[in-house]
Amino acid sequence: MSKQVLDRIAQVFGAAILETHSAFGDDTAVVEPSHWLEIARFLRDDPASSMDHFIDLTAVDYPQRSGTRFDVVLHLRSSERLHRVRLKARIGARCANPAADANPAADVAEAALPKIDSLTSVWVGANWFERECFDMFGIAFIGHPDLRRILMYEQFVGYPLRKDYPAAKTQPLLEYRQADNEKLPPFDEHEGMSFGRKTHADRQPGRNLLGFEED
Amino acid sequence: MEPLDVELEDGELELPNDPMQVLMGPAHPAMHGTIRIALELSGETIRKADVQIGYLHRGFEKMCERGTWTQCFPYVDRLNYASPLLNNVGFALAVEKMLSVTVPERCQHYRVALGELARICDHLVCLGAMAMELGAFTPFLYYVKARELIWDVFEEETGARVTHSFGRVGGMALPPTPFFKEMVRSAVPAVLALVDDGEKLLLKNRIFLDRIENVGVMGKDMALALGWTGVVLRATGVPYDVRKSHPYMTYDRYEFEVPVGTRGDCYDRFMCRAEEMRQSARIIEQALDMMADDGPVSIEDPRIVLPAKDEVYSTIEGTIQHFKIVMEGIQVPAGECYSYTEAGNGELGFYIVSDGSGTPYRVRIRPPCFASTQGLERMIVGAMLPDVVPTFGSINMIGGECDH
Amino acid sequence: MGSVSAVTSMSDNSAPDLERSQLVLEGSQQGFATTRFEDLLNWARKYSLFQYPFVTACCAMEFMALAGPRFDMARFGAEAPRFSPRQSDLLWVVGTISQRQAPVLKTVYDQMADPKYVIAFGTCASSGGFYDNYTTLPGIDKIIPVDVFVPGCPPRPETVIDGLLLLQDKITRGDRSVGIVKPRVDPVQLRNPVQLRRKA
Ligand code: SF4
Repeated sequence: MSKQVLDRIAQVFGAAILETHSAFGDDTAVVEPSHWLEIARFLRDDPASSMDHFIDLTAVDYPQRSGTRFDVVLHLRSSERLHRVRLKARIGARCANPAADANPAADVAEAALPKIDSLTSVWVGANWFERECFDMFGIAFIGHPDLRRILMYEQFVGYPLRKDYPAAKTQPLLEYRQADNEKLPPFDEHEGMSFGRKTHADRQPGRNLLGFEED
Repeated sequence: MEPLDVELEDGELELPNDPMQVLMGPAHPAMHGTIRIALELSGETIRKADVQIGYLHRGFEKMCERGTWTQCFPYVDRLNYASPLLNNVGFALAVEKMLSVTVPERCQHYRVALGELARICDHLVCLGAMAMELGAFTPFLYYVKARELIWDVFEEETGARVTHSFGRVGGMALPPTPFFKEMVRSAVPAVLALVDDGEKLLLKNRIFLDRIENVGVMGKDMALALGWTGVVLRATGVPYDVRKSHPYMTYDRYEFEVPVGTRGDCYDRFMCRAEEMRQSARIIEQALDMMADDGPVSIEDPRIVLPAKDEVYSTIEGTIQHFKIVMEGIQVPAGECYSYTEAGNGELGFYIVSDGSGTPYRVRIRPPCFASTQGLERMIVGAMLPDVVPTFGSINMIGGECDH
Repeated sequence: MGSVSAVTSMSDNSAPDLERSQLVLEGSQQGFATTRFEDLLNWARKYSLFQYPFVTACCAMEFMALAGPRFDMARFGAEAPRFSPRQSDLLWVVGTISQRQAPVLKTVYDQMADPKYVIAFGTCASSGGFYDNYTTLPGIDKIIPVDVFVPGCPPRPETVIDGLLLLQDKITRGDRSVGIVKPRVDPVQLRNPVQLRRKA
């Protein structure tokens, strides 16, 4: 990780860098979302940073934060200088319109999604990572060539990695089968062992389950 | 059945010439069951391809938010199921980074040795599957046999063949068995011999070579921009190996080389993998030599590591300590960190966010083969349909990891 | 008719009440055999299972081991994998089935010709395993009928072979009820218990 890179972008972009910090050996810059694309391009092209290796792009959901609900997190690396940096942007209103609370569908609607510029024009690799973010968090990337769901299916409603999506809520594509009751567990006691099954009831005194003498 | 003598218009039996849409997978045998490629073909040449993943999305990240930090280990195991121990170690290192602790040296060597064995397994699976998908079933049997030898060691050490869940924050679940070194020392040469045998079967085979040479070529810069790491990146000629470039654990103390390709085709990827197995064997040997025969494997911090079982049963402190760790989880200080290790497929990163409680706030895995699979489309467009199989095989897409 | 007499001599030792399930061919030394047609058919079926491996997740690693030299499933007459559902009669569902994958699995199952058998390999296929979440199908029996459940995460190859034998047994008996492989007791372990925990 590299402090110099942080200093450099702080110098060039000034107020667009909201804060920088270094913890656990990682250097982070929190940037203004409106300068997201610009700063990313600068990091790639500036010879002092030359972040040509795209590593990761993801998001974190903080529903309790007012104003900006999501952190978009970008990790970069320079193959030449072997340093790394993390960029973060805080985006998204907690609730674009008050009606969305009452009506979850409105929250999911395209227009209400938090938005940020797409980085696909800087690193082609951002493509799938942004699609994943869109799929899991519902973050719209402006200028993305092909923003579709990637891990979930088209018919899926909602964004599973948002904190308010219940983990166990399934949306099956197929209707579940109504099995005959007798075919469902609990199974018959001897079921499953082609050679019969010994239970504790069959056990003879002084012998173990298999009929060997106990020591 | 229809009668054969139906009157046919001219050319009615011919396939529509342009363009033809084909869906390959997810039940296609070479697609590992978890990927679908929508292809548009002109003759046998691929015009357009759309790689669709997600058939094995199992909600790993969501599940991690529900338990304690330690309870993530079983899920982590099942990410890259070809080399679970590397994932275990990677995740343990990430949490340890947040806790700012370092495990004892004996444990580091132990982790390295197990991890490199797992890496050999990973490459064996990849090469075996790749060969099998190209129709060479015999080398696959050699590779599976070799893997079985390593699994014997794992089973002895961890108790499980595939999903070990053996890593712990601040150490390993158990110390090495007394026979660990002996077992590994006898297994590794046997494995390498089998690897050689398998390779001889393949690399003298004209058909196999023709199908992998100059197929699926990828350039350096594009690979970097795509976020490729690991073997696939090294095959293009970029010598980036986390173990060398940003050494973690005791990797800076071993002597090993990083094989690098020149053209970035399937052949290079194949050879890099094969060579890496030999380098791993070298590392294992050195790690075993450096590993002390006794000493602690876990750090001594009652807030992180479970007490010994007899203490739990006999002392009140032990009971409380055990209860706190099991019920509340390890208290990881609030903050975020990104920790990366070299897994079987490349840079395996964990970006973890903690809110200071015993439950992870967010665990983000940066799967190496997610990025590699992303590049698949670029490699196969313009190629022939049969080239998809070796290209896909050589990037070693592992569903659990790629689809999270 | 050497093979027939071998079957006969085996059946001599078997208990009479098991006759129906174990004895397929009632041969005689005179060189002919009598059996019920459907028994003969079942007998033939059970040793020529053409399998379609629907392999998705980590269980695949064990499935590979099963096909490998050490465990060698071919010994049990389930050797030839057929990657076309229309040519196979045993569907192995190996690994987690996500909601997205479910329609694919159903299509594959529907394409198979009767009689078809299904083995759920591993906990995930049987019940969803510990992926109790928004994306995982809680057991393939929610969408297709299953003949044998093989538990384990992943099951050891021995367990799977148990499951395969169980299926063959069920085929002989013409029994289509659900079977599940239960743990066996290891006689060696009962006699000299193994020290499972290591000393630190
Ligand atoms: S049962 Fe276990 S090993 Fe098998 S697919 Fe599920 S999680 Fe993986």
